[in-house]
Amino acid sequence: MNTPILEMKNITKEFPGVKALNNVSFQVAQGEIHCLVGENGAGKSTLMKVLSGVYSYGEYNGDILFDGKVQKFSGISDSEKAGIAIIYQELALIPEMTVYENIFLGNEVRNGFMVDWNETIKKATEMLKRVNLDVNPAAKVKDLGVGKKQLIEIAKALSKNVKLLILDEPTAALNEVDSENLLNLIRDLKNNGVTCVLISHKLTEVIDVADTVTVLRDGQTICTLNAQKGEVTRNALIKYMVGREIDNIYPKRDSKGTQEIVLEVKNWSAYDPSIGRNILKDINFNVKKGEIVGLAGLMGSGRTEFALSIFGNPDNYQLKGELFVGGKKQQFKHPHDAIEAGVAYVTEDRKGDGLILIQDVKENITLANLYEIATRSVVDKNAEVKVANEYKVNLNIKTPTVEQKVSHLSGGNQQKVCLGKWLFVKPNVLILDEPTRGIDVGAKFEIYTIMTKLVQEGMSIIMISSELPEVLGMSDRVYIVSSGRISGELPIEEASQEKIMHLATN
Amino acid sequence: MTFLKSAQKVLQQNIREYGMYIALFVIMTIFTITTKGTFISSRNIVNLVNQTGYIAVLAVGMTLVIVIRHIDLSVGFLGGFLGAIAAIAMVQWHLPVFLAILLTLALGILAGTITAFLVAQMKIPAFVATLAGWLIYRGAILVVTESTGTIIIPDKIFNAIGNGFIPDIPDIGILPGVHKLTLIIGVIAIVLLIISEINDRKKKLSYNFEVLPMEMFVIKLIFISALIGGFTWLLAGYQGLSWTAVVVLVVAIIYHFITTQTVLGRHIYAVGGNPEAAELSGINVKKITYIVFGSMGMLAALSGILFASRLQSATTTAGSLWELDAIAAAFIGGVSPAGGIGKVAGSIIGAFVMLSLTSGMNLMGIGISYQYMARGAVLAAAVIFDVATRNRAQ
Ligand SMILES: Nc1ncnc2c1ncn2[C@@H]1O[C@H](COP(=O)(O)OP(=O)(O)OP(=O)(O)O)[C@@H](O)[C@H]1O
Ligand SMILES: [Mg+2]
Repeated sequence: MNTPILEMKNITKEFPGVKALNNVSFQVAQGEIHCLVGENGAGKSTLMKVLSGVYSYGEYNGDILFDGKVQKFSGISDSEKAGIAIIYQELALIPEMTVYENIFLGNEVRNGFMVDWNETIKKATEMLKRVNLDVNPAAKVKDLGVGKKQLIEIAKALSKNVKLLILDEPTAALNEVDSENLLNLIRDLKNNGVTCVLISHKLTEVIDVADTVTVLRDGQTICTLNAQKGEVTRNALIKYMVGREIDNIYPKRDSKGTQEIVLEVKNWSAYDPSIGRNILKDINFNVKKGEIVGLAGLMGSGRTEFALSIFGNPDNYQLKGELFVGGKKQQFKHPHDAIEAGVAYVTEDRKGDGLILIQDVKENITLANLYEIATRSVVDKNAEVKVANEYKVNLNIKTPTVEQKVSHLSGGNQQKVCLGKWLFVKPNVLILDEPTRGIDVGAKFEIYTIMTKLVQEGMSIIMISSELPEVLGMSDRVYIVSSGRISGELPIEEASQEKIMHLATN
Repeated sequence: MTFLKSAQKVLQQNIREYGMYIALFVIMTIFTITTKGTFISSRNIVNLVNQTGYIAVLAVGMTLVIVIRHIDLSVGFLGGFLGAIAAIAMVQWHLPVFLAILLTLALGILAGTITAFLVAQMKIPAFVATLAGWLIYRGAILVVTESTGTIIIPDKIFNAIGNGFIPDIPDIGILPGVHKLTLIIGVIAIVLLIISEINDRKKKLSYNFEVLPMEMFVIKLIFISALIGGFTWLLAGYQGLSWTAVVVLVVAIIYHFITTQTVLGRHIYAVGGNPEAAELSGINVKKITYIVFGSMGMLAALSGILFASRLQSATTTAGSLWELDAIAAAFIGGVSPAGGIGKVAGSIIGAFVMLSLTSGMNLMGIGISYQYMARGAVLAAAVIFDVATRNRAQ
């Protein structure tokens, strides 16, 4: 094994009520791709925050050795100086600024007191070339897709002369093509001597790129696996992460739905006045009682927009066509109407428009259905705690109490809070938008199990997903969306990854 | 030892909440010492309450506006203007006093609704929309008082709101010179509070939820009872509860109840915490905006009435800087500029902190220039404390 570039020894980090890291040791060798895996809340992000100085020296116990020196970072700028760059789960770009401004933000190319914009643009162009990204450096970041934003983040990190690049779930929001690009880039960087730590819940890509894998569970290092020795296999990863084996991640289901249609749209079109374009064209679509319908397609194909257009149209599209829910023709003016009619929508962007981060778990869970726990508009707070605790147990949400702020939960547990919130509405039709994004295998399995239970009780589920195995594993029927149109409908028996990709890209 | 520990834990967990009360206590103690007791005299405290009234009701409305991530700069002059309208309604249009008050409140709601229309419907930033309102209402005051100058209000009932006291029960021989009805109200308040706290605790226990340890619970009850009791005793020692105090209390209780106990309150805080998420949760963000600004307008009207009544006249300068005092009171009271966080009770305490500073320094004979600086320093200190404790809690 090469000399380690990084050694973290006996790291312990506590939050009120939670021991996020318990005596963790973590070693990364010079020039390797090192994957860090573990269940939601295992402490991966926290470990990386300790490393990058977000939690400064003194807020944790243990030692960090980087580049042969003991390091005592007291902020991100310290770790950056030492050559560590971290790219967070949440992107940290400024949407209104251009690509080149973003790349050199906080690291401006100077000419005396002034920013040298010509030099900035020149250097930015070089950086973009290094990450194989073909965009105009003067484009605004807000006009780019997630995949490109992710690459710009990396370009930004590279501009600071990094030796160790940390990526926290970079591919969670990327489609297959963009993910593949990103992984290739990481391999490239490795050949150029940049060491990389990658956090991911996508085991396929871990198996693909990792030289070494470290598994964390409940704040402890469980083991370190070496790819060359053939230790990195799917089964081994799952076993060490979850602590037990999961044979079939997609639970078996007896029923396959009924013939009763609960939600249907006919000739459904939407025009978005804010961008002046038709975003949905002539969609015909239905869901039956007790059925899981998959909505596959590329990012930006219009699946989320479709979901929102039937969920009370909060973005004020101009809609044409007919919507039937429970056999009745409906025109929802607000998400409120949709909820009343028994439709629920779990957003893909839990932090952006799913949760109220400054409020606690119980307040988030009850938010969409407060009247259920209120008498004459007065909220019964004891009933609220009770309800929240039920969901905490049923969904296995890892939190010390339901009074914990959701901003303090790990990503996967935040997702479960979102799900709990919408299950409490007790809908007939549940729309799940990327329900397992950023979620560990164990929790995925739990969510699939819950979905199975729900449809067997008669709920109907529309599942938007960019993960084809999940679409194939869970759906009874698949619609494929491409540029705002339904480009195909396949019963599950006829669906395959190739067919779906073909329909999604034509 | 365990008792000390649990006391420490309770204090640590609630330091932000108790901070304000501690601050008020400290300020009052300092002034009591420096004025050799004049500050804490019954007479001064009653005066202080009456002076704080119109800012306190504004601060209550402002709390909700800031919670939903907006601001309202227009309310000072709106209050001043509506106070003048109330005067004109009585003096020139000869409306009966109750009608005049109702009309004023209704106009306040209307004004708030117009602001809400600009903010929610036209999507104009509240800062700009209400800055426009600030100019317009300022001009409006001058227009309506142009011909007459200061309008003297002769109505006894109206003027009692800002200057009068609740009547007392007939003298029964005991406690001469003490306002007995005020004492009775104080005692009833304490009893109700204790009963409701005990009920709440019982209910929590029946759900098996965590409650304060028994001795902490008792201490808390004793402490709050002593506070209310002492305050009532002070008021009763002069002329009792003033009508202004009654108005502020009623507003405080209603708004406290709405914000902490009702679905509407929860929806308001949800909109402040994350408007997009609130909208997708079926909450009508526009409707909430209308309600909050409507309530702000109504409270601005009430504020104008309290002020006009206190001066027994409507003046051309009424309303200037009220909005800034109200905003400062809200921030001192722990409202978060980022939205979603803030308590009505806190803002009222904040208003008291501001007015205590003025009153105390007046008694000490400190000049107005230093008073401004001292208030600025306290505002900054309060917000620094708030930010510091919030970061630690994370
Ligand atoms: N600021 C905080 N305050 C309190 N608890 C926290 C805080 N940040 C993290 N935690 C807790 O620490 C634990 C580890 O969280 P962390 O975010 O490191 O998990 P993770 O492994 O990155 O999970 P995920 O895969 O879901 O992102 C969790 O139990 C989480 O609730
Ligand atoms: Mg994480």
